[in-house]
Amino acid sequence: MPAIDLDRIAELARIELTPDSAAAFRADLERVLALVDRLQAVDATGVAPMSHPLDLPQRLREDIVTESDQRDALLALAPAAENGLYLVPKVIE
Amino acid sequence: MSAEPLLTSSLRELAAALAERRIRAEALAEAALERAQSLQERLNAFITLTPESALAAARAADERRRAGNVSLLSGIPLAHKDLFCTRGVRTTAASRMLAEFAPPYDAFVVERLADAGAVSIGKTNLDEFAMGSANEHSHFGPCRNPWDTSRIAGGSSGGSAAAVAAGIVPVATGTDTGGSVRQPAAMCGVTGIKPSYGRVSRYGIIAYASSLDQAGVIARSAEDCALALTAIEGFDPRDSTSLDRPVEDHAAALAAADGRLDGLRLGLPREFFAVEGIDADVRRAVESAARIYESLGARLVDVSLPRAELAIPAYYVIAPAEASSNLARYDGVRYGYRAPDYADLDDMYRKTRAQGFGDEVKRRILVGTYVLSHGYYDAYYLQAQKLRRLIAEDYRQAFDSCDLILAPTAPTTAWRLGEKGQDPVQEYLQDIYTIGANLAGLPALSHPCGFDSAGLPIGCQLIGPYLAETRLLLAAHAFQGKTDWHRQLPPL
Amino acid sequence: MNRTDWETVIGLEIHAQLTTRSKIFSGASTAFGAEPNRQACAIDVALPGTLPVLNRGAVERAIRLGLAIEAEIAERSVFARKNYFYPDLPKGYQISQYELPVVKNGAITVQVGEGEAAYEKTVRITRAHLEEDAGKSLHEDFHGMTGIDLNRAGTPLLEIVSEPDMRSAEEAVAYARALHTLVRWIGVCDGNMQEGSFRIDANVSVRPKGETRLGTRREIKNLNSFRFLQQAIDYEVRWQIETLEEGGTVQQATVLFDPERGETRVMRTKEDAHDYRYFPDPDLLPLVIDRAWIEEVRSNLPELPQALRRRLVEAHGLTPYDANLLTASKELADYYLAAVAAAGQALAKPCANWILGELAARLNRSGIEIGESPVRPTHIAALVQRVHDGTISHAGAKKVFEALWTGEGQDVDAIIEAQGLEQVSDESALESLVDAAIAANPKSVEEFRAGKEKALNALVGQVMKASRGAANPQRVTELLRRKLTG
Repeated sequence: MPAIDLDRIAELARIELTPDSAAAFRADLERVLALVDRLQAVDATGVAPMSHPLDLPQRLREDIVTESDQRDALLALAPAAENGLYLVPKVIE
Repeated sequence: MSAEPLLTSSLRELAAALAERRIRAEALAEAALERAQSLQERLNAFITLTPESALAAARAADERRRAGNVSLLSGIPLAHKDLFCTRGVRTTAASRMLAEFAPPYDAFVVERLADAGAVSIGKTNLDEFAMGSANEHSHFGPCRNPWDTSRIAGGSSGGSAAAVAAGIVPVATGTDTGGSVRQPAAMCGVTGIKPSYGRVSRYGIIAYASSLDQAGVIARSAEDCALALTAIEGFDPRDSTSLDRPVEDHAAALAAADGRLDGLRLGLPREFFAVEGIDADVRRAVESAARIYESLGARLVDVSLPRAELAIPAYYVIAPAEASSNLARYDGVRYGYRAPDYADLDDMYRKTRAQGFGDEVKRRILVGTYVLSHGYYDAYYLQAQKLRRLIAEDYRQAFDSCDLILAPTAPTTAWRLGEKGQDPVQEYLQDIYTIGANLAGLPALSHPCGFDSAGLPIGCQLIGPYLAETRLLLAAHAFQGKTDWHRQLPPL
Repeated sequence: MNRTDWETVIGLEIHAQLTTRSKIFSGASTAFGAEPNRQACAIDVALPGTLPVLNRGAVERAIRLGLAIEAEIAERSVFARKNYFYPDLPKGYQISQYELPVVKNGAITVQVGEGEAAYEKTVRITRAHLEEDAGKSLHEDFHGMTGIDLNRAGTPLLEIVSEPDMRSAEEAVAYARALHTLVRWIGVCDGNMQEGSFRIDANVSVRPKGETRLGTRREIKNLNSFRFLQQAIDYEVRWQIETLEEGGTVQQATVLFDPERGETRVMRTKEDAHDYRYFPDPDLLPLVIDRAWIEEVRSNLPELPQALRRRLVEAHGLTPYDANLLTASKELADYYLAAVAAAGQALAKPCANWILGELAARLNRSGIEIGESPVRPTHIAALVQRVHDGTISHAGAKKVFEALWTGEGQDVDAIIEAQGLEQVSDESALESLVDAAIAANPKSVEEFRAGKEKALNALVGQVMKASRGAANPQRVTELLRRKLTG
């Protein structure tokens, strides 16, 4: 099994790992991957992947507006909001 | 008001007591709340109790009953796993991330049960974001098993199972993604059912793994499960994966049954009984359960699920993958926890999620991110979905020669708190019997079938073909007509 | 190597916001201009437990677009999650389509250049897929913070991806314009680029002429005008060529165009490139579109610009140039067709001339759209007919047009009468004037008889003057010619 690029994975997942916790997570990940590596032993060529137990088509909704203004209720849930906007640390483009 | 009715009554008996005005819903709610409070420290089954709204709802149920307006579960106290959104009442998913989060709406299941007249007394403990098999991974502390409070209650719906087992409420809701209704039901000596995928709307259930999650119910008997299941089934246009099928009156089918199972072919998958980690007591109990089914007229059939062992690796690729994506919304922007200190936006994300999530959740997000990442998708995620189809095929083929499958629910009984802490995989292996039904979307149920030498409950599992909930419930009901394990009470 | 040895290769990715009333996966409104976050419901804000349900209107528009570009409409397509973190992306993933898009393998043919130099170019469209738009970040300072408005989050988009078939900025602009016209024509997108309804990303690379392999491309993101598209590509091509000629290499990157400086600059390099971890969205089932639905949509499609252009040239006798202009928008085309319907196909050309000439100039000057024109198609038709049948001269028609435009009059014939614009065409009435002119201008008569055509014009002019412009010049000319040669 190739070495796990834990830094890259943690970055993709936006989860900060301290050096201590990183070691523990790496060990855990290796154990889990050893478990799931058993999948490789099976030859599943030609088998269609199953993303869903339901073998049904997507249902379609009529194009009508059914939701009204809920800003007050929803914005009240935010850690930081002002002037009707959600506030986050400045985004640098 | 004595709590006795709650401890020993079935839903049918409770409903009769209410109908005959022997008790009022308000008194029932009070008793449930009292018992919940008194056991809270020992069991930690609840994250939030809602006495005010419970009593108000109970009084309203009494009012309606006086006006001649009675619904399916009028005045029956229950509890919701704290994964179901409840309007205005904090819904935490047992996570620091949502510790203060109060959703502005109710989940479909919550709406349905409220419409049926049930009275929710609060939100039960669970493994954080439904990830776990012991209810040890909760920001609010582990839930403890009513049969032995030094032991785990099972997971992830540990709180709901414990609340029913301890006679706090006669029924509680749970969710089952890899066994999270069935396994805690088995650990706690109660009955739990996971319906076919699509039977119950996932709207308002905090998502873990979308193609596997299903809401279920835990109660003291198959009969009670039948009633509760009918109450929560049904089409919901807000969930694209909700089946558009008429609601089935499962309880009516059970009432009409004669208690015999003649002609029922009960499949015993040989691979399940060959699993290395299975407890001797568990094996014995399930084997004798098989003989009881036989005595009821069922015919035991040898079946094979050749890829049974691959269910765990497949699950532990698919579920974390979906979870890693489902949990990306927890970023401290629009609701929930936000880290107090951070340098910039990305730092805010990283710290919020590092602080907001517990270790098991982080582990699964990392695994999920890994198996979806560039270069690994084919080998892991795609491969797992192919295995999934093969496993579903195995079940379909098995059902060619049997009507239901009988299996253990878990390989062991409840272990001690902290025992499986070192290696997460140890906990994962607990799911060996339950996971297949989730992968294939099949209905499955767990009911008590004995106790081990330490007096801990053992559950056995029935798995059915797609949409065969009634068949499952009928079988379990017949079993419970002939046995009384499900009537045993923990020494609390 | 000098510049002429380089070939430019351009592909465009265009995001068109669809004209549905509600969002692609929720029932919130898509109306533009609402106050921040007043059109963001629980699903759009990605509250825990919320789920997507697909809008039929979005699918129908995808089918329409697919048919209009003669593409394959997938019987079965799948929604996939594109995972990345950004504050305007509430779920932490965008629901899009990846391996199995709803539309594949289309093409449109566009006219590039004008007049003699004009040529046709076919641009292949690899795919068009449905996806949801993200919210907006407002970077104006909120004491060091950025404000997020999620009104736009969940608006349906069709992402239309072309093959790298374009070989110049001109071709790219022609393609973008043609697609812009088309999406508006069939009503799937309002094309309002200032409001962000139609956004263009350009993938640009260069390679030595004759080389078949593609050079490294850079992606210019979010161009919201055709002018910027042109400028950005021109700059980028120059930059890439200069870089390569100086011995450097072009790194794959995403760049932004700065309109003020007219330059592109790097936003993100390949190393920073996202790993989107696409996988099929388990909250949605495969989108199945049956033949019956496709045929139903096809039957409701209006005549497409390309087909109409052909018809205008072949059946109406218009020039390709005029046909192109008249099909710049459905409103304009409909206006023209209504005029011709009233005037008769034989008068198609004069109708076109009035619409593309006088009417266009007026609309431009007053800044109003054709839908608001006080001069209606039936007016044009009547005008053209009256000129054709000799009732009024072209100069007279201009006066009628003016009256219609200002609202002074509503009816062509009434205006003609009110202003006394009717030409005198009756021979007997003209005869005396003609005779008088002949008598009064013997020199011109002699010159004409001697072969000087111009002399006739002078005589015509005399008659026109004598009649104070009321004489029908063609009739006068005929009469003079007859009298002088007979």
